[in-house]
Amino acid sequence: MPQDKPLNTSRVKLTQKQYQQLVSERQPKVPVLKRALRAFVSGGLICTFGQFLLETYMDVFGMTRDLASSATTATIILIGGLLTGLGYFDKIAAFAGAGVAVPVTGFANSMVSSAMEYKREGLIYGIGSHLFGLAGSVIVYGVVTAFVVGLIVSLVS
Amino acid sequence: MNTYLAAFLVGGLICALGQVLVDTTRFTQGHILSAFTVAGGILAGLGLYKPLIDFAGAGATLPISSFGNALAQGAINEAKRTGFMGLLSGMFELTSSGIAAAIVFSFLIALFFDPRS
Repeated sequence: MPQDKPLNTSRVKLTQKQYQQLVSERQPKVPVLKRALRAFVSGGLICTFGQFLLETYMDVFGMTRDLASSATTATIILIGGLLTGLGYFDKIAAFAGAGVAVPVTGFANSMVSSAMEYKREGLIYGIGSHLFGLAGSVIVYGVVTAFVVGLIVSLVS
Repeated sequence: MNTYLAAFLVGGLICALGQVLVDTTRFTQGHILSAFTVAGGILAGLGLYKPLIDFAGAGATLPISSFGNALAQGAINEAKRTGFMGLLSGMFELTSSGIAAAIVFSFLIALFFDPRS
């Protein structure tokens, strides 16, 4: 549509530009700093808790650092998945935003919520084929990136 | 620096960066998850992600960027040992426990719980 063609409404005539300006004036301003701070604190707390798990797995259970790190990731995935299943994740995410989405809790949340959403379509066509919703994107782009990066590093070195 | 403080600061900053990108660009959280994974893979190639893990521990291993790093690191390590085929066979070496855990836990949770809405 041409930029300045008047929109045809019954009472007011606004150009596209004026309309967009009006919309952006009325839209609530996103409190960027406040939301960034919330994400910082909640994401930081998840990682601090993860660090506590990591050191507990190493010191108390005698795991190697690598094994303890894998166990920590698995534990956080389990917690994120359970919070999603119990219906608490969205409430936490409304406050924490990227603070719970960027850690693996968000990865677990995307898988559980996607699988639950399609559950009524059955075990195969529902849960099975929808387990990787957004998590599928992460794996696809992660693997392709890793292949290209690995190829370049191998060729250079 | 205290590792707990480092984990808090680094993990928090990565999450805050994600939130700022969501709020100031057209990216959604879904875009951010994929973008951070890609960024983690590139940082692995540059040899920069491992120092971050050494410094911040779980602050660097829990954000999704760590997944991209682990995929790339697995491919690079195995390619060094066995040649180009290692890019494929080593890809999931470091991430297999995370992916397996995510699949098993998510499946069981989705089986037992119903969406509440």
